[in-house]
Amino acid sequence: MRISRSWLLEWLPDLGLDGRQLGDVLTMAGLELDALEYAAPAFSGVVVGRVVSVEAHPNADRLKVCRVEEGGNGLHQVVCGAPNVAAGMLAPYARVGAVLPNGNKIKQAKLRGVSSEGMLCSASELGLAESSAGLMELPENAPVGEDIREYLELDDEILEIDLTPNRADCLSMRGVAREASLLLGKPFADQKAVFVPPAHAKTFPVKVEAPRACPRYAGRVITGLSPASRSPLWLQERLRRAGIRSISVPVDVTNYVMLELGQPMHAFDLDKLEKKIRVRKARGGESIKLIDGQEVSIPEDTLVISDAVGPIAIAGIMGGQGTAVSESTSDIFLESAFFDPEAISGRARKLGLHTESSHRFERGVDPAIQIKALERASQLLIEIAGGEAGPLIDLQNEEYLPHGHPIHLRPERISQLLGMEIAPKEVERILSALGCEVVSSEAGWEVVPPSYRFDLTIEADLIEELARVQGYDRIPERRGASATRIKQTNDSEISLISLREDLQVLGYQEVVTYSFIDPEASHLFAPDHVPLKLANPISVDMSVMRPTLWPSLINVLNYNRKRQQARGRVFEIGLRFLADDSCTRQLPTLAGASFGGAAPEQWGIPSKAIDFFDIKGDVENLFSKAAVQPEFYADEHPALHPGQAARIKVGDVFVGWLGMLHPQIERDYGFDQPVGLFEIDLSALQQSRIPYFEPISKYPALRRDFAILVPAATPAGNVLHAIEGMGIEDLRSVNLFDVYMGEGIEKGHKSLAFGLVFQALSKNLTDQEVDSSLQRIIEELGRRFAAKLRG
Amino acid sequence: MNLDELQQSAFKAIEAASDLAALENVRVHYLGKKGELTQLLKSLSNLPAAERPTLGDAINKAKQSLVEAIKSRRALLNEEFLKERLREEYVDVTLPGRRPQIMGTLHPLTHTIHRIGELFAQAGFDVAEGPEIEDDYHNFTALNIPEHHPARAMQDTFYFPDGRLLRTQTSPVQIRTMEKQKPPIRIIAPGRVYRCDSDITHSPMFHQVEGLAVGEGITFADLKGVLADFLRAFFECDDLSTRFRPSYFPFTEPSAEVDVECVHCHGRGCRVCSQSGWLEVLGSGMVHPHVLENVGVDPERFTGYAFGMGVERLAMLKYGVPDLRMFFENDLRFLSQF
Repeated sequence: MRISRSWLLEWLPDLGLDGRQLGDVLTMAGLELDALEYAAPAFSGVVVGRVVSVEAHPNADRLKVCRVEEGGNGLHQVVCGAPNVAAGMLAPYARVGAVLPNGNKIKQAKLRGVSSEGMLCSASELGLAESSAGLMELPENAPVGEDIREYLELDDEILEIDLTPNRADCLSMRGVAREASLLLGKPFADQKAVFVPPAHAKTFPVKVEAPRACPRYAGRVITGLSPASRSPLWLQERLRRAGIRSISVPVDVTNYVMLELGQPMHAFDLDKLEKKIRVRKARGGESIKLIDGQEVSIPEDTLVISDAVGPIAIAGIMGGQGTAVSESTSDIFLESAFFDPEAISGRARKLGLHTESSHRFERGVDPAIQIKALERASQLLIEIAGGEAGPLIDLQNEEYLPHGHPIHLRPERISQLLGMEIAPKEVERILSALGCEVVSSEAGWEVVPPSYRFDLTIEADLIEELARVQGYDRIPERRGASATRIKQTNDSEISLISLREDLQVLGYQEVVTYSFIDPEASHLFAPDHVPLKLANPISVDMSVMRPTLWPSLINVLNYNRKRQQARGRVFEIGLRFLADDSCTRQLPTLAGASFGGAAPEQWGIPSKAIDFFDIKGDVENLFSKAAVQPEFYADEHPALHPGQAARIKVGDVFVGWLGMLHPQIERDYGFDQPVGLFEIDLSALQQSRIPYFEPISKYPALRRDFAILVPAATPAGNVLHAIEGMGIEDLRSVNLFDVYMGEGIEKGHKSLAFGLVFQALSKNLTDQEVDSSLQRIIEELGRRFAAKLRG
Repeated sequence: MNLDELQQSAFKAIEAASDLAALENVRVHYLGKKGELTQLLKSLSNLPAAERPTLGDAINKAKQSLVEAIKSRRALLNEEFLKERLREEYVDVTLPGRRPQIMGTLHPLTHTIHRIGELFAQAGFDVAEGPEIEDDYHNFTALNIPEHHPARAMQDTFYFPDGRLLRTQTSPVQIRTMEKQKPPIRIIAPGRVYRCDSDITHSPMFHQVEGLAVGEGITFADLKGVLADFLRAFFECDDLSTRFRPSYFPFTEPSAEVDVECVHCHGRGCRVCSQSGWLEVLGSGMVHPHVLENVGVDPERFTGYAFGMGVERLAMLKYGVPDLRMFFENDLRFLSQF
């Protein structure tokens, strides 16, 4: 809402604050000042000028040589190219030395050989319009020679106020003035009631068929308006300062009254209305061509104004082109209705429309103001364009009109909510000043809010008003009421921050990416999964919920690779979304991706590109605190290298994947080196266990190393697990310290070398005992894996 | 060879031993079981008894002096050996250390959320979570935002064809928490939220931290206290001014927006605060009675406050990040700074 300070002064003559000060007061009361500007951009040296004579330019057909009077100093010769320049007209005149909004300084000049002193200006040249067709015509009574900034009050400040949806009552000058009067304690000069007596008996039949949606419909016929009339400059200026373009007298007047009083109105061309007006719900299949030229089909359940033929307006949103006033209109039907917010809200949005009218009706228009607005508009119309008003039509349905219900307000509830007491007298003063009827009752007050305060319906609303008007700064800051109990937490759960710090130590950088991805990427990484699609995505490449974090991470790596990063290790913690017929699972997930050297390039570590085991090592480290250690199984994944992909299993549950990106995808993305990936259910990583002391042996440990030959395809992990799973007494650790294939090894086989450490808790182990355990292990491996001991 | 000669040659040999192994050879040669001096000592038994003591004494003296000489030679050699080793083992300490990995970094939004969480933990707030794909009820209706309410238009919502949506705020976690738990409740709920809006100052995904405290005797004054403390702690400024402005949220009544004195210009007015001297950082208010009723909490007995803050905004202010979009571009050169 744009508020002209000078207009506001009409309602608040004792305001006494400049725009910034007023803005501060309003802001601290919940009407936030968004911007403050002047009614015109900076310029100087422009006065009201009168064109005394106009003669042809000797050397140019389209230029005229004018003589301009500007109050003293005789006449100035001005060369002017405006098509509408005429002797006798008044227009802004920029003197020599004037500076215009675009920065141009007016100098004495010669135009096509004729000297020119100063310049006659159009509205756009003064920054008062987007474009102009000619000079800005000033009224005949404008004082010649007066500075145009003073004459038009262009140093008026415009406050752009950001109104919250509950404050529909402030969507008018009257409303803001009323509010400011209350906040400042300055008198509110409400407009005197206007009464335009009917000059004839002409009416138009109206039938309200949807009284719940339209509890009140008022209107009146006005005839004999002069089609040639134009809105006076003061009215155009006020509209302009509010951000509304001047169109025609009837449209300008309805807009003006809307800005002034908050009542959206509509003027129909009476000659174009067929038989009668019906206020009804739209039927299926109806459509309308709107004032802005677009043809829309009207959804059922939308309130329309129709005549005998069909819809002529979408109620409270926009009128139709067919019945709109035109340049030749002289008789109109003026509508001033109250539509129920429920019947309007959301409808404009559904049609892709948002109008000044719908904005107000959705939030609530004062249901008591229709006649006042109608009278005011009649007065202005007749003043400006002549004409005669008919009798008022005012159809009301009491049952559906909003009635102020009394709200019970208790003093103890005020302090229960605010933590501060407000003196009863102050409560009554504030509520009365807000326009409420206040009646003391046994346990407090019965309060009926004014008709324009749609937002005041419960006790808490009134308490907010009390706090707001007093100022929130009056409420104290209280401390120490917080709970001090020590809460039970789960020590065996690894916190996300600790997990993140582990990743940090492993050299990973955390990223945050969007949860929606390109459906093609989703298909590439999870071809069997139908991703959850957004109905209204921002763009196609952000249209499905990601079933895996990998595409996002690969995009991050690629983004950085293209910015000359030779290496990258990134991780993200976020949800992945798996939808099946019955439900959508939103799974907290940790994923990582890396490319480039296994270690950063440095003098002390030979460089080598990352491989599967770098990634696996990271994953194993991440699981080091977990209660249950993971197992890894070779498996195929559509996005992973078929020979370098492993599924991660914890207990009986598959919890993730790790591997190298499929070389085909790697190439398609433009990588020229391998990309390592892992993705793990977060829950599998977070479950740790509380350590419990195990005794430490005082006796020496014995180590035995041995190597076996097994067929090359034998998974080493299986051999390792087999040894660990045998339950050999006093076997403390098994370490696979060498894997070898090649020279000296039988073809199709590989050598696995293990280091075993034995140690008993309560005695010295003998070589004999250890050797016999070793023998058992080798025999078992021979049986299960056809392993042969290497000599 | 007489004793003197033997002793002389032994001293020479000791002197000539250039390392510990050579010295040991010398020792064995003279003092070992079959060493020359040992042989000499053994040969005493062949001498007449009268000569034995004198010669024996001399031999023992000689032996003693050899032992001493070897000992000091050994000490010397040891010292030299150590010196040599130290000379050889010199490294250029200015060379960079060996780093199999360079420590990674956490995302600035993580730092910010973690910091917010730590500060509120001091005031007894637990962390709560909720789903990102929400239903209309929890995201809107239960929060007192009925269908067609203009407040719905304030938040451009991403919908799924079945009517579910991506949560537009972390406020539904309030509802989910109160559905499960009876007062007293003190939670904060950090997380991702989504709005169908993308330009210089809007990201379709961003982060909020929601806070909720419900119990007996909780008032607006408590809300002011906790938020003022939090903001001062977050910006590490004891005399940071805050102000509470009336505002409107469907799920709180009274509602307030909270501004802090601009952390860039300290309230004097600058580009960051659009010359106002204030920065809007939080929305808050007393939980609307309808919201409490919706989750079966008696609003006559219990009151509560709620607040919500934009994590990106706080992170931008704290770290001086000029552009919201940088948080989601994930340029490693940006991330490395945190």
